[in-house]
Amino acid sequence: MFSIVHARQLSDAVFEMGVHAPKIARKVRAGQFLMLRIAEGGERIPLTFSDWSADEGWIRFIYMRVGKTTHQLSHLQAGDSIADVVGPLGVPSHVEGLGRVAVVGGGVGAAVAYPVARAMVAAGNDVHVILGARNANLLILEEELRALPLASLTVVTDDGSAGEKGLVTAPLKRLAVAGEVDAAFAVGPAIMMKFCAATAAEHGVPITVSLNPIMVDGTGMCGACRVSVGGDTKFGCVDGPDFDGHLVDWEELMSRQRIYADEERLADAEFSRSCSCHT
Amino acid sequence: MPHVDDEGRRVFDDRPRHKAVRGERTPMPEQSAERRAGNFDEVGIGYSADEALAEAMRCLQCKNPTCQQGCPVNIDIRGFIREIIDGNWADGVSVLKERNALPAVCGRVCPQEEQCEKTCVLSKKGEPIAIGRLERFLGDHDLSCDLENRCVPQTAEPSGFRCAVVGSGPAGLACAGELARLGHAVTVFESLHAAGGVLSYGIPEFRLPKHIVDAEIESLVAMGVEIVTDYVVGRLSTVDELMTEEGFDAVFIGSGAGLPVFMGIPGENLNGVYSANEFLTRVNLMRAYEFPTSDTPVWRGRKVAVVGGGNVAMDSARTALRLGAEEVFLVYRRTEDEMPARREEVHHAREEGVEFKMLCSPLEITGHDGWVTGLVATRMELGEPDSSGRRAPVCVMDSDFSIDCDTVIIAVGTRANPLIADAAPNLRVTSRGYISTDEHGATSIPGVYAGGDIVTGAATVILAMGAGKRAATSMDGWLRNR
Ligand SMILES: Cc1cc2nc3c(=O)[nH]c(=O)nc-3n(C[C@H](O)[C@H](O)[C@H](O)COP(=O)(O)OP(=O)(O)OC[C@H]3O[C@@H](n4cnc5c(N)ncnc54)[C@H](O)[C@@H]3O)c2cc1C
Ligand SMILES: Cc1cc2nc3c(=O)[nH]c(=O)nc-3n(C[C@H](O)[C@H](O)[C@H](O)COP(=O)(O)OP(=O)(O)OC[C@H]3O[C@@H](n4cnc5c(N)ncnc54)[C@H](O)[C@@H]3O)c2cc1C
Ligand code: SF4
Ligand code: SF4
Ligand code: FES
Repeated sequence: MFSIVHARQLSDAVFEMGVHAPKIARKVRAGQFLMLRIAEGGERIPLTFSDWSADEGWIRFIYMRVGKTTHQLSHLQAGDSIADVVGPLGVPSHVEGLGRVAVVGGGVGAAVAYPVARAMVAAGNDVHVILGARNANLLILEEELRALPLASLTVVTDDGSAGEKGLVTAPLKRLAVAGEVDAAFAVGPAIMMKFCAATAAEHGVPITVSLNPIMVDGTGMCGACRVSVGGDTKFGCVDGPDFDGHLVDWEELMSRQRIYADEERLADAEFSRSCSCHT
Repeated sequence: MPHVDDEGRRVFDDRPRHKAVRGERTPMPEQSAERRAGNFDEVGIGYSADEALAEAMRCLQCKNPTCQQGCPVNIDIRGFIREIIDGNWADGVSVLKERNALPAVCGRVCPQEEQCEKTCVLSKKGEPIAIGRLERFLGDHDLSCDLENRCVPQTAEPSGFRCAVVGSGPAGLACAGELARLGHAVTVFESLHAAGGVLSYGIPEFRLPKHIVDAEIESLVAMGVEIVTDYVVGRLSTVDELMTEEGFDAVFIGSGAGLPVFMGIPGENLNGVYSANEFLTRVNLMRAYEFPTSDTPVWRGRKVAVVGGGNVAMDSARTALRLGAEEVFLVYRRTEDEMPARREEVHHAREEGVEFKMLCSPLEITGHDGWVTGLVATRMELGEPDSSGRRAPVCVMDSDFSIDCDTVIIAVGTRANPLIADAAPNLRVTSRGYISTDEHGATSIPGVYAGGDIVTGAATVILAMGAGKRAATSMDGWLRNR
């Protein structure tokens, strides 16, 4: 059992949670993720560490309410507990010696972009962050990012309700055209990462993407998370989650993410019916 | 009370001579094929007391019990059967537990026809004693008792040493049980949320009910073994850190061979293609067969092709049937004679309606819109025997054909679990990633031992348990003579 020490709503559908896990907190590095299972019978889902304190013994993650498990999670409060938290899993993000780097976080991808940008700053790089969301209500972590000594922070929303109106690829393109970045890192919906990779490719900028295939164990034992990178099959959980964005087979990733779309709808509908919050 | 001869076998001089009853092997009641193909309940129902006695009465109680030589952990088979004959079930359980910490498991899943039952003298002229079923009978009897009345081996005086065991599969559990018996404090670290290794995530409920695995583990916990789940060694602590920061005096690694192997043919990443490990883990460990009551989904195919011929392939095929598939094909490169699966499982699979396509090798998985639509295979014929002594299959030219299916499950093998390299970077491993050990299970690092599938590659439950127990004995020697 892992007890929840912090729970907070960041936007309409995005939540932050902290869990007492001193062993894990000592080992986490930026870009790594955990698997959690709320209770007996629950699904194991992967979430990225957004923050942690080895001294105080907690870890945090930020999640978007998209289906049954994240919905259930959003009802838990400090003092409640979660049956299982496993981690840190995956290869830490490469943050050293990048020089001038653009970090793009779209939607809940900001939860991954934030600790990665922080680690890149700490490693002495010049970091430009591009933060994207559908609208101002869904924008998260802007304040936390502003507190970092970034080279720049650009906020983009689809509808212009905050920052500039448009897609994250526009500011990424400007940085690339101006020759202001040597490398890029993108995390968010697969389609966004795909377009970021295309933009980076146009300008000869190397780009790392943090992929989110469906996972079961997260330890390399099932292959549910396989992705094609440069024609080779890789396991997202042990070989990734970070990969060379120019080599990823995006269509395959997006198709595989939809395998259980029908079942997910069913599970969420059944749960929502019995749930008092009606969201 | 019986006393024990030079070879550790019980001698029953003071009991009346047993007169064997001739006759056929006592059948074990099982669910009918039609019925069981629609549920996840156990296939074999187990002997009743009368049936167990009837079967035990067939045993000749040989002076030279050859059955024992066939058992990889050298169980005093004659001894435990005699206790069934005499009605002393609890004593029978102790005979088993001297050698085998998990009799209810082994009685169900050991390939007995290749081991103890093969070397039983009765197999020369007719049907051998159903040793596995009798072992299961006693194992189940033990687990049906309250914890305080179960046969829990006596533990030695506390030694003051602390041992860590990595992985809670049969190798790790057997090692932990033996270390505890020898007086050491033992902690088992398991990366998944449940203990048992393949016993809980791989072997299906209908062959090995999870309450049996849980009860066996409960017995180990009653001996003082501590089990910590959700702990990935290599990520939370390296092996080195276990021995320094965490203060363990010795470590056993039983992390298994869990990495699924794919075939490297086109179409393997289509939706509807599973590794057997993923398919079985979703269904067994995550209980996807109860979806949406449980949260983890599994794609329930209508026409399923399973590639492989081992226990893993049989389990996948039979699981697919139980999830409602209309047709399940087993596609195997060689013939039924070469199939490594237990005979009983092959027989059960066929009875339940799995269709065997022998001498076929997959070339490609075809798809539409990202989903599987079929499997293209080529016919094979058997050529000269290869290094394993089995006749090697060779392709028949221009014999390609395709099978319509919406699901493909790949059960062609596994390799060493990948995270172990992170756990101990300076550990000597083979070119295929398995850990190198001497015959006592000692690795290249003093105080670090290993056994089970992570040393031998995918093998059997009883071999893994034997390796775990042997390693525990050498660890004990190493600790005490340090
Ligand atoms: C390495 C990694 C890191 C991630 N980090 C974050 C994070 O920091 N914050 C966050 O909000 N989300 C993150 N995700 C995505 C998150 O795991 C899913 O949103 C979550 O599993 C949804 O579960 P659900 O039951 O609420 O929704 P469901 O209704 O089950 O699914 C909704 C969506 O989530 C995806 N999904 C479902 N089950 C899984 C699964 N077992 N593994 C992966 N994806 C799944 C599906 O493709 C689907 O599109 C990450 C995913 C990966 C692989
Ligand atoms: C589907 C299937 C059916 C089978 N049927 C039979 C059968 O009928 N009869 C038979 O005799 N054999 C059968 N086998 C083979 C048998 O199950 C294995 O040989 C046996 O389980 C090996 O035991 P083990 O302890 O070495 O490894 P495993 O059982 O694989 O256990 C290893 C454990 O270590 C854990 N682990 C791995 N890495 C780490 C880490 N870094 N930190 C912490 N924990 C870790 C894993 O999660 C796992 O729980 C079958 C196997 C499968 C897959
Ligand atoms: S452990 Fe396996 S091989 Fe040994 S006696 Fe029991 S069933 Fe036979
Ligand atoms: S060899 Fe067969 S008949 Fe003889 S003691 Fe063993 S089980 Fe009984
Ligand atoms: S999630 Fe199972 S291997 Fe990656």
